[in-house]
Amino acid sequence: MRFVRKTHYNQDIQLFKHNGQRFWYGLLAVFVLSAPLWLDRFYLGELSLVFIYAIAGIGLMLLVGYTGLVSLGHAAFLAIGAYTHAYLLGSGWPFPAAIIGAASLTAFVGIIVAIPALRMTGIYLAIATLAFAVIVEQVLTHWQSVTGGYRGMLVPDAELFGLDLTTPVIFYFLCLLMLTISLLVALNLLRSSSGRAMVAVRDSEVSAQSMGIHIASTKRMAFAISAGFTGLAGALFAHKIGYLSPDAFTLLTSIQLLLMVVVGGLGSLHGVIFGAIFIGLLPQGIALLRDVVPPAIAQIPGIEPGIFGLILVLFLIYEPLGMYGRWQKIRLFFEEFPLYRKATYKRQKSYLRTERLR
Amino acid sequence: MSALLELRNIETYYGPIMAIRGISMEVPEGKIVTLLGANGAGKTTVLKTISGAMDPLRGTITYRGEEIQTRDPDWVARKGIAHVPEGREVFPFLSVEDNLRMGAFTRKDGEIGKDLTLVYGYFPILEELAKTQAEYLSGGQQQMLAIGRALMLRPQLMLLDEPSLGLAPKLVHEIAEIIVRLNKEQSVTMLLVEQNAKMALDIGDLGYVMEMGRIVMEDSCERLRNATDIQEFYLGMKDEGVRGRRRWKQRKTWR
Amino acid sequence: MLAADNIAVSFGGIKAVKDVSFNVERGEVFSIIGPNGAGKTTIFNLISRIYDVDHGSVTFDDKDITNVPTHAIAELGIARTFQNTELFERETVLKNLLIGCHIHRKTNLLKDLLFLPSVRVQELEFRRAVEEVIDLLDLQSYRDKVIGNLPYGVRKMVEVARALCLKPKLLLLDEPSSGLNPEETEDLSFWLEDIKEDLGITVIMVEHDMNLVSRASDRVMALTDGALITIGTPAEVQNHPEVLRAFLGD
Ligand SMILES: Nc1ncnc2c1ncn2[C@@H]1O[C@H](COP(=O)(O)OP(=O)(O)OP(=O)(O)O)[C@@H](O)[C@H]1O
Ligand SMILES: Nc1ncnc2c1ncn2[C@@H]1O[C@H](COP(=O)(O)OP(=O)(O)OP(=O)(O)O)[C@@H](O)[C@H]1O
Ligand SMILES: [Mg+2]
Ligand SMILES: [Mg+2]
Repeated sequence: MRFVRKTHYNQDIQLFKHNGQRFWYGLLAVFVLSAPLWLDRFYLGELSLVFIYAIAGIGLMLLVGYTGLVSLGHAAFLAIGAYTHAYLLGSGWPFPAAIIGAASLTAFVGIIVAIPALRMTGIYLAIATLAFAVIVEQVLTHWQSVTGGYRGMLVPDAELFGLDLTTPVIFYFLCLLMLTISLLVALNLLRSSSGRAMVAVRDSEVSAQSMGIHIASTKRMAFAISAGFTGLAGALFAHKIGYLSPDAFTLLTSIQLLLMVVVGGLGSLHGVIFGAIFIGLLPQGIALLRDVVPPAIAQIPGIEPGIFGLILVLFLIYEPLGMYGRWQKIRLFFEEFPLYRKATYKRQKSYLRTERLR
Repeated sequence: MSALLELRNIETYYGPIMAIRGISMEVPEGKIVTLLGANGAGKTTVLKTISGAMDPLRGTITYRGEEIQTRDPDWVARKGIAHVPEGREVFPFLSVEDNLRMGAFTRKDGEIGKDLTLVYGYFPILEELAKTQAEYLSGGQQQMLAIGRALMLRPQLMLLDEPSLGLAPKLVHEIAEIIVRLNKEQSVTMLLVEQNAKMALDIGDLGYVMEMGRIVMEDSCERLRNATDIQEFYLGMKDEGVRGRRRWKQRKTWR
Repeated sequence: MLAADNIAVSFGGIKAVKDVSFNVERGEVFSIIGPNGAGKTTIFNLISRIYDVDHGSVTFDDKDITNVPTHAIAELGIARTFQNTELFERETVLKNLLIGCHIHRKTNLLKDLLFLPSVRVQELEFRRAVEEVIDLLDLQSYRDKVIGNLPYGVRKMVEVARALCLKPKLLLLDEPSSGLNPEETEDLSFWLEDIKEDLGITVIMVEHDMNLVSRASDRVMALTDGALITIGTPAEVQNHPEVLRAFLGD
């Protein structure tokens, strides 16, 4: 166990709480920064994809995990970000302007989606956002002059300060930079009063109001920020896949994004990263598995979504806190090593409490 | 032994936190047993452990000679143990009457209607509000509903977690009378957790005092009523001199 | 300071509050007593604008607050607690109290996202304010505990603390002593004194514990069935025959 002696309130605000953390995150930084030196180009691409998923995941986590609003329509925000970025690049905007434009427009659409969503929670909100995603999908297929309809749309090559973004290494660093910025911004949000307002709305709207928090504008803000992050991820995603068509942004994509935050662990940014690694690398893992198991099993149609589903179900049953929750337990085990009691994390039966009202 | 319910060395954890640190107690049949203790002593946890809402890590709970410590709450309820939980936990979207009927969910006999009348007899206000959704009841009315719902089980043992919480003084008297009446007339055994120690000790036969997850005192309620510690900390009786001193944070430091 | 003039509200057929009028003076502790279902919590909900009045008006500091939006009530200087606690269950005590500081924020979203130095300064200020409240109510040992894991009595005190973090002019406490034992209730009465005298906050309190009411309050209002019985000093009200009959019993 580590006990930090605190001498200033600043220590609770700091991003790194103690030198141990600084060391481990430093090590992680060395690892990801040096990856291009020793990692195969293909896997470098996959790692870029993980980073992109993580950015979108941060957006979704802020909405679902911190504000308590479910969305089944985040593929639409991803699509809006991707198409806007490609369109702006195509009309001659420089890369930085295009990516900022894409994220801002998506954030703006987020605000618009929030208007009808303000009065809804839970399953109703899930359905409303799903409907929104369907509308966006329709727009993508029918607004041919801009999106190219079913045929799709080529993402123009871009360059930034003379660096060619189609090079895997450059693109990898771009994604890494964007992820780092996104994480910083999200962490800043969560340690300031705007972020606390979101959490307040999640846990109790009545008392949030009595604390002077405007529910509607807080939800609107959450939607905007969430959509903005997802739009940013969409813009990077456009470069990653190179060619945009509506079937890259389906309901399945939305569900995958939601899976990511749930499997990673709701209510923590660490969870997003774990979830992104999981979602990003699982298809590769399954592909590797295919080679070793007998063809009869490997060829079963739908095995991939099946495994996804199975893992999700197992998580919900055995580890509702997600991968991050599991990780914390493993860490505690080592920290307390000889003293660790097996019972520490014996799960108590849990019963949902009824709404407490008065 | 004639104890209806017997706890032996119960230890209960919330994750890494040990809330109950090995307690043993007995609830004799037909008696009213009270469990006192400060905030966070673990009273609620003891009741939750008995009713099966939580599993103890060690120790045994015997009810009528049968070990029940690993059973699910619904099984325990079927055995005739009714739990009035802390914080009421009424079903907010059901009407008052449906809430009461839920209390009789496990019963198959034809006397549910009769018990409904009985509960309405104890709490006439609930009859007036029978069709109202429970979430709109006032705090005290919800408390009555929670007690009434437990009664609908026709329990042999009732676990009452602060039944007087949020009730007006007049109703506190009434609740105390109801508890005594049920105990005398229908020989329902009671395990009563109360912050209103005066009421609890007045109606109880046997008392236990908890501190930090342990039982620190057990005696007949009559003798507990006269113990100085109990008078000072739980009955709020002390001379003015002591009070003046305590104004400056002379509080129990071993908490 | 606060004046309710003929306020009334009904739900469906039930008249929960019937034409009640009262005045609360600056600096006093004003208690509301009454049997269960008398409409005490409903009056709080009317003052804090969770419900709309059917008719009548509420004025606070000479401003008509009958129609201001719910979230604006806090900014005017009114803070409240809830009868069965309404805390942010999945967060720590510290975070709950920091949320209580929300109305004092001077930063905006953009500044927060970038965590500009002004945001840091404000966070430190909030933290200092929160620590003062923690010290006042002796909550040090619970600072980093998650609300969902706290015993009921502590939650009640955390709610009071959160309300104090708003630095209100008027504090509405809904049964603050329920779930506290006599010793803790006594501490509460001392804290009420501190709140009134040191912090200069006016308090309206709904309470069933007559000991606490008579010890801590300056004036008492008794209600039954949504209607006013009487307003007076604790001793007067306690001996009012109607109060004896409806509330105290015998
Ligand atoms: N869900 C939980 N997770 C972790 N710790 C908990 C949880 N619930 C209770 N505790 C801890 O267990 C201890 C006992 O709590 P319990 O609720 O049983 O107290 P209590 O005696 O009923 O108090 P009160 O009179 O305030 O209701 C407390 O210290 C509390 O912090
Ligand atoms: N939203 C609502 N819808 C319908 N009825 C309501 C609503 N809120 C309160 N009531 C009713 O109004 C009456 C007064 O309720 P209120 O909560 O104000 O009582 P109270 O005086 O606070 O009682 P207690 O001491 O039990 O908390 C009760 O009969 C209650 O059933
Ligand atoms: Mg309790
Ligand atoms: Mg009330």
